[in-house]
Amino acid sequence: MDGHGHRLTHVATGSALRRRPRWAWLGWGLAAGVPLVFLAVFFGWPVVALVVQGFFADDGVGGRVLDLSGFAEVLSQPRTWRVIGQTLAQATVGTLLSVLLGLPGAYLLYRCRFPGRTLARGLVTVPFVLPTVVVGVAFRHLFTPSGPLGWLGWEESFAAVVVALVFFNYSVVVRTVGGLWERLDPRAEQAARALGATPWRAFRTVTLPALGPAIASAASVVFLFCSTAFGVVLVLGGMRYGTIETEIWIRTTQFLDLRAAAVLSVLQLVVVVAALLVSARLRTRRERALQLTGERSGAHPLDLRTVRDALPAAVTAVVVAGLIAFPLAGLLLRSLRGPDGAWSLANYVALGTTGGRNALSVTVWEATANSLRIATLATVIAVVVGGLVVLVVSRRPRQRGLRRAVGGLDAVFMLPLGVSAVTVGFGFLITLDRPLGFDVDLRTSGLLVPIAQAVVAIPLVVRTMLPVLRAIDPRLREAAAVLGARPGRVLASIDLALAARSLGLAVGFAFAVSLGEFGATSFLARPDAATLPVVIFRLIGQPGAENYGMALAASVVLAVLTATVMMVAERMRGDTGGGEF
Amino acid sequence: MTGSDGLEVRDVVVRYGQRRGHAGTTAVDGVSLDVAAGEVLALLGPSGCGKSSLLRAVAGLEPVAGGTVTFDGADLAGVPVHRRGFGLLFQEGQLFPHRDVAGNVGYGLADRPRAERAARVAELLSLVGLDGFATRSVAELSGGEKQRVALARALAPRPRLLLLDEPLSALDRGLRERLAVEIRAVLHATRTTAVFVTHDHDEAFTVADRVAVMSAGRLIQVAPPEELWQAPATREVAAFLGYQTFVPDGGELLAIGPAGLQVVPGVSADGDGGDQRWRAVVVAATFRRGRTEVTVDVDLGAGEERLVAVADGPVPQVDEKVGVVLDRRGCAVVHA
Repeated sequence: MDGHGHRLTHVATGSALRRRPRWAWLGWGLAAGVPLVFLAVFFGWPVVALVVQGFFADDGVGGRVLDLSGFAEVLSQPRTWRVIGQTLAQATVGTLLSVLLGLPGAYLLYRCRFPGRTLARGLVTVPFVLPTVVVGVAFRHLFTPSGPLGWLGWEESFAAVVVALVFFNYSVVVRTVGGLWERLDPRAEQAARALGATPWRAFRTVTLPALGPAIASAASVVFLFCSTAFGVVLVLGGMRYGTIETEIWIRTTQFLDLRAAAVLSVLQLVVVVAALLVSARLRTRRERALQLTGERSGAHPLDLRTVRDALPAAVTAVVVAGLIAFPLAGLLLRSLRGPDGAWSLANYVALGTTGGRNALSVTVWEATANSLRIATLATVIAVVVGGLVVLVVSRRPRQRGLRRAVGGLDAVFMLPLGVSAVTVGFGFLITLDRPLGFDVDLRTSGLLVPIAQAVVAIPLVVRTMLPVLRAIDPRLREAAAVLGARPGRVLASIDLALAARSLGLAVGFAFAVSLGEFGATSFLARPDAATLPVVIFRLIGQPGAENYGMALAASVVLAVLTATVMMVAERMRGDTGGGEF
Repeated sequence: MTGSDGLEVRDVVVRYGQRRGHAGTTAVDGVSLDVAAGEVLALLGPSGCGKSSLLRAVAGLEPVAGGTVTFDGADLAGVPVHRRGFGLLFQEGQLFPHRDVAGNVGYGLADRPRAERAARVAELLSLVGLDGFATRSVAELSGGEKQRVALARALAPRPRLLLLDEPLSALDRGLRERLAVEIRAVLHATRTTAVFVTHDHDEAFTVADRVAVMSAGRLIQVAPPEELWQAPATREVAAFLGYQTFVPDGGELLAIGPAGLQVVPGVSADGDGGDQRWRAVVVAATFRRGRTEVTVDVDLGAGEERLVAVADGPVPQVDEKVGVVLDRRGCAVVHA
């Protein structure tokens, strides 16, 4: 010692301390175990139970035997193939259009600077978080024979569904691709230009390949959303047009044909797992690519005199005005007209009632309160469980086996994104009367709906926070540890401090998703505890101009609530970026 | 040396990618090394030679596959990183982006009273020449300022041992040379025991009391800078230090340094006065650091090579035929 008062360290002998104390293993075990148990009980079990229900038949003496005849039976029906064909066609066309329209949008909103850009970015984000039922109602209003676009004859058609799907997923492409484009070093493209490439050739040979992983990743996510869309298809497609998801709903609720529903669930699962695998592969490539790129330096002032700026600007203006603003404005304006067609607030006044001919068991305002209460609970659950998943999955363990396990955990928690929410909801009904043999009927406890919504929201929480945590240079944690920070302090002062802002966005997403969740909730919510989307769907299914007007007004209320939540969350995020959507 | 002050590394092995049935790659292959209290040791070697792995093993960031690391006589096996009381300076500083300069420097002082912490932060900032920077955001610092803050942060908790992992590599040359001198001054002023990893021999010679040369996971030579330069242990060490070629000299090898050859006018191949003289063809001549460096093609006995010689007289023309002689002050003898 040199008299400088070196800090005291508790140096023990080698045998007394292991590299990782036992409690650390316990902590990580809990962090991984709690979400796994949650997912197993509230996702795996109900889904498996429902599928099993379809595969086993009573053997006549009180037992059950495996019976796969359902597959042959369901697959031999022309109706099944029509539905599968429609699902794939709708998802393919929806994905292609979203990408084609989204690329110019990503360029304009992330590579060009112009006044009002922040506002435009916000506007583009709105559709993604809008509840499916609201979007369905907005477009249905456009395409009804008496609506603004009634002359197109698109009521209950493939085209109507695809347009609504593009409305939803446009922002996914813009944000995913734009987020990468923004960070792309412009000097590679400049080098190509200096070597004599035309702007188009430089874009095609340098920029587009660099964006490839992001585009593919966005496309696979959009494909997933399109192929599992439920609320929009149900509201817009009517009885004439359906997808695997609505077909599962119809077979279970209308025909009580669990066997067919189970077969369809399995088919859908195959499609979804394939899309998720592709997406996960592309995502790791994208995250690797992101590390190679520098700061956000690529944006240039918008110059409408050049084709390369004017064309994307024109396309984006048409999309934002025609596809996004027009239907929403139409919804808002129509909601402000009374049954006689004159301007009035009658529809909003009626939200305090239970509708014409008592269409509902609760008033719309009561349903709104239900929605807020349930969404709060669901958000807490989703953020706690999702946060634990993110914490575990963002680690890079030294051992190969553990690293694989971490990767597996990541993939497993993406599953709820793709498994039909209808399947989850129905599975809840048949399993959770006595969960794990405990004598509590979750179905009447009021916890069932929040839990189901949390299951749906967890993947979004994970995808929002994970990229931020993964982008933390591991050497930051090492620097903190070397400076004497215990593992707990490293977690708090590095991981949590840096992830804090994406936590705000995750909370916003979880809340917005819960507010709009329709698939599972439509199964689980009791009439006296109905949520806003459930009430809206019931209202448009009822006859009477009064109920239709109420549905429009309620949709506006739900849209405003969701948009407000997202705006607050976006503000909390500030300019730190990160996140997938 | 067991029980003495300072760092003691014995037969340390570090491996990566180890798993069942697969030994992995060995980054550090049985290195033994001592650093006395208050000494600054440079760990010098080409990239990929294992020097950073050894440093990370000492810090406790890499598990040791074999051998022991002890400090002040106490074995560090099983002591986690945060209890070792060491400091570590990374190549890019790794400042915490969400904390200001004072928040970074004070990070390792969390257990001190607020007033003491503030005083220590101010003291360290002054030591690295950044008075008044306390409330600055780290994002607005230049590369050199960032490394100074990182140095202040690492020194603030008075580490028993400071480990520096190529702390200057990301900086431009002028700044690198200036900061190397400053780091040496700061380490000596605080009497900090330190290990400084670098691939730049000038930097190592500037900062360190002793230099340890590593190659392919092994330690080849440990010596004070002058001794290392004058008597490189092997041809490999000499080549790494910048000796440009080797000629047989009795039973030994003569390593010819950057100033080991001199251009003399005239092309006569005979030595006058015993000194051997070779014919050479001028490829290029540059005036650098006050003298003329001439690149020549010359055959010193092992085939034609392109070497650098020093010219005192007029600058020769390209393609001019000249003679070169040895200048023994710029050469070293290496055991063959």
